[in-house]
Formats: sequence, C-alpha cells, structure tokens
Amino acid sequence: MRIRGYVHKYGDKIDTDVIIPGVYLKEHDPKQLAKHAMEGIDPDFVKRVREGDVIVAGRSFGVGSSREHAVYALRYAGIRAILAKSFSRIFYRNCINTGLIIPIEIGDDVYRSLETGDLVELYVEEGRLRVESKGLELKIGPPSRIVIEIIRRGGLLNIDPEELKRIASQ
Amino acid sequence: MTLAEKILASKSGRRSVSPGEIVVASVDRIMIHDVSGVGVFKVIESYRARKGIDSLKLVMASKTWVAEDHFVPPSDRKSASNIRFLESMASKYGIERYYRYGAGENYGISHTLALEEGLVRPGDLYIGGDSHTNTAGVFGALAVGMGHTDVAYALMHGVTWLRVPETIKIHLEGSFKPSVMAKDLILRILGDIGSGGADYRVMEFRGPALKGMNIDERATLTNMTTEASAKSGIMEPDDLVLSYLEEKTGSRPRPIASDPDAWYVDEHQYRLEEIEPMVAKPSSPDNVSPVSEVEGVEVDRVYVGSCIGAKLTDLRAVARILKGRRVKVRTEILPASHRIYRQALKEGLIDIFTESGALIGPPTCGACFGGHMGVVADGETVVSTTNRNYPGRMGSKEARVYLASPLTAAASAVTGRITDPGELM
Repeated sequence: MRIRGYVHKYGDKIDTDVIIPGVYLKEHDPKQLAKHAMEGIDPDFVKRVREGDVIVAGRSFGVGSSREHAVYALRYAGIRAILAKSFSRIFYRNCINTGLIIPIEIGDDVYRSLETGDLVELYVEEGRLRVESKGLELKIGPPSRIVIEIIRRGGLLNIDPEELKRIASQ
Repeated sequence: MTLAEKILASKSGRRSVSPGEIVVASVDRIMIHDVSGVGVFKVIESYRARKGIDSLKLVMASKTWVAEDHFVPPSDRKSASNIRFLESMASKYGIERYYRYGAGENYGISHTLALEEGLVRPGDLYIGGDSHTNTAGVFGALAVGMGHTDVAYALMHGVTWLRVPETIKIHLEGSFKPSVMAKDLILRILGDIGSGGADYRVMEFRGPALKGMNIDERATLTNMTTEASAKSGIMEPDDLVLSYLEEKTGSRPRPIASDPDAWYVDEHQYRLEEIEPMVAKPSSPDNVSPVSEVEGVEVDRVYVGSCIGAKLTDLRAVARILKGRRVKVRTEILPASHRIYRQALKEGLIDIFTESGALIGPPTCGACFGGHMGVVADGETVVSTTNRNYPGRMGSKEARVYLASPLTAAASAVTGRITDPGELM
C-alpha cells in the first residue's frame, strides 16, 4: 500500500471528543460526520485537508470513547494514515477493522522530523516514509502482519473466522 | 498466567498464552447501546446488502443485550429515530434482552445494568460497544470496549481477535478515611500512571483492601481504567461477587484467579489511608491534584451522574452531605438506572436531594458525554462525578470541568466552591 499526501501535525492526547464531539454521535452518515472532523481542536482542519492526507501526532492518539464515528469522520474528511507516538487501543482497532485508516506507531525522531504541510509518500509494507518537501527518507513501522492484512482486505468483515485464525497464527 | 491471560487462553482453546501474541477468541457476551448499536446494525446491514445476503443470522443474538442510555429520553428527532431503528433491528435479528427506557423493571446506563442484572460472569470474554465496558471486570470477566465493526463481527461470528495484553498489578492495602472514596483512589492512580499509562494493557486490582469495598466502589476502579487507556480492568471474584451473582442469576459462578507465579509487567502499591480527596482538573482525567490544592475555586454547577458517579453508593454519599443542607449552585442528580432511582426513593435519598434544591433527572448518559440534559456553557466551572473532562466533553470547549468523588461534588454544591467533604462531615 502506498499513500501520498500532506501532513497535519498535532500534539499528545488527541481524544475522541475533540476528533468528533459527542453531540454528533447521533449522526451515522460518514459524510456528515466528516464536516465536523477535529472540530474540537482545529476548526480549520476540514477546510485544509485533502484526500490521502496524513495525520502526525504524539502520544495516545484517539484516547477516550469507542465511537467508530471518529474513524469515519477522519477518513471521509480525507485522512488515510495516522502516524502517532502511540494510539489508544479502541481507536487503533477501529482504524484497522474498518480498513479505512492505516495506523502506524512512530518514534520521537520521526515525530520531530515532520511538520504540518510536509508532502510525504508512505510505503506501508516496506516501512518507508519519503518526505518529498525535505528530501528526507525515514524508516517507520511497518505495522504487524495482521494489521496490514486486515486493512489490505478492506476490513475485518471481508475475512471469515477460519482465515482470521490463519492470519493470526502466522 | 494472570486472570486476563487465563481467560484468553481458555477462549482461544489454548493451554497457555503470552503477552504480545495475537489470538482469535470466542466471545461470551455482547452489549450494544443506542449509539454503538445503531452503528453496529448499520455495519451489518450494509455488509448484508453488499454481499447480497437475504437473511443473515447473528450467532450471538441470544448472548447479546441492548441498553438505551445515551440519547434517552431522545434529545431531538434524529436520536428518537435512532431508538426506533435500534428497536426494529433488535427485533429483526432476534435480540430479546432489550432494556427500553420508560418501559420495564429496570433500564438505564448499560454498564450499570451489566452489574445490577448480573449480565456478565467471572471468566467471560465480554465485549461491549462502549469504552467503559471495562467496568464489568469487577466480576472477574475480561471486559473489553470495542467499535462498531468489531462488535458486528463478534455478533455474526462469535469470535474476535485480540493481542494478549500485559497485566499491571495494582496492590491495595488498608481502608479509606471517611471523606475518601474509590473515585479519589482511581484519580490518584491516573495521576501517577498517566492517560496512556496502561496502553494495550490490563490493570488488575488486588490486595486485602478490596474486601472493604462493595461492588459499586470496586466498579469505580475498573470503570476508569479506560482513562488510563487500559484494555480492561479486572479483579478476582471473591465471595461477595460470587454470592451476588448467585442471588441475581440463580447459579453460583465458578471462581477464577491469577496464578501465584503470574508475571506482571509493572506493579503499583497504595495504602488507602494515605489517599486524600482528589480532583482531575481541566482538561484531562490524569491532570489530578488533591482537593486541598484547588479548594475555594468558585463553581457554577455540580453534576452527579453517569456509570461511574451515580450508583446507589454514590447517591448515598451525596445524601450524607446534602442532608439538612441546601445547595448553593445548580446541582443535577441523575441516578444511573431505574432500579437505583427507585431504591433511592425508598431510602429517602430523593427527598434529601429535592429538599436541598437539586434537580433530579432520569437515568441517562446525558451531559457526561455532552449529549443533552445539562450540557455546559462557555466559561462555566463544573464539578462532576463523571469520568472524563476532555475539552468539550460535557458541552463547551470553554467550560472548566473538575472530576471528583460524589462526596466532594456534594460538598462543593453546598458551598459553591471546591470543598473537601471532610469539612462537612
């Protein structure tokens, strides 16, 4: 999988309440949710973001609620990958199981090397990130096999339990 | 193996498992509510349409329950139609255990129902479409919160995939001072380990101090493991839990315990006498300090509600402070379930609350997640018995929310500023 897009950089503990505030949880149309993505922390995000863009963040990205709305909102706004120092676990699972967003853990050095507006190209399986705007090449990830496989297949629902067991045991 | 490892080994048909392994495990129980349930059924229906399947059977239908708790009573037409959709889907897919608000012996917040109705058993792998599913770990189940797709998959196939988590041991000794509750302890723990302190891990509470806590108080601890990003919180079921579940369900569950030589990735010890009344300051549950450091901060509103802060024990604590006193600031009290509401009526607690001037609301997640019923305004300072104070969580991003114990919340309601409850006891 290869992703090319612009970086939107944030700090630590970007929680699900700022990704998509609770009042919108009664909404289940992803396109409507996308209009409010990151509203709690960056109201201009939805104006700037383009298809295929990448979020770079600090620790505990997605901490808080189990709302899958958070993944829908970000994906339908345009985000295809999130590079964070760490993820909160439910959000991380939701990215993978929906097949919508590729979550990759990064170290401090990679976090420091990236800024909002950088144009990056991500080679997921190879664990390679090219920062086109700076002529840099960084090693990141790659995510574990099961993560790559579920996303590559378009989400958990496209894999039956027997196959899932096979993937998990590899 | 630890309790969590034993459950995952058993559910994945293995003799043993180790942290870091990925397992596919069978699921025992599932919970969905009027936010996640709607999402889950949208996922299932679109899958069915995509695959051209006419009738899809949910293998877990009889092991699943539904609670209406977030937008109830409905806050607008959209949330009202979500409830109708949820009802129709539950009926279409044969999910009979359905807690309707306003129509039944008990209804209210899902995590409270799990405890009150004995819906989860020791040794269960229990998944819920809500992050505070962790609460049910108080019964010795591995109780894990998940998103719509995860829950939909488990409903259809009866299995889920999980990374076997490392376990952190939290060893507790001694007993609380009268002005201190389990909420103060879990806030202190959150301050110590931080909001990512239990990422991908399970927090297992152990030690002689647990004997001195009832199920409500223990559930306060497991509930807020979520704010440390834990996969779950868990406790070995003791006689209190086993007898409670026997009374609720008619059969005594088999006990389950961590092995004496189980490996823990980390260990923290607390003496309960040393815990002070605590608050989490704006705007993160791990931004904690003793009440003594923020005493006197002027308060506009007090909110007593949610799965963590409006259990019967919490309402009794609030009543202890409010008895014979009047609240100085707007105070909203929303019992976590219908059963708790009725018990509070019988015990005279509701009389004490209404005499104090406080407002009594219905069982609902309400303003805890900023949905409705007490949403907070720009510039307001709120003391709340709930579990999150992220920016905008209860409404305005410009509000300042302090998380506190029911005792501290009640004391602050009486004085109109953040107050150590010990001063009124």
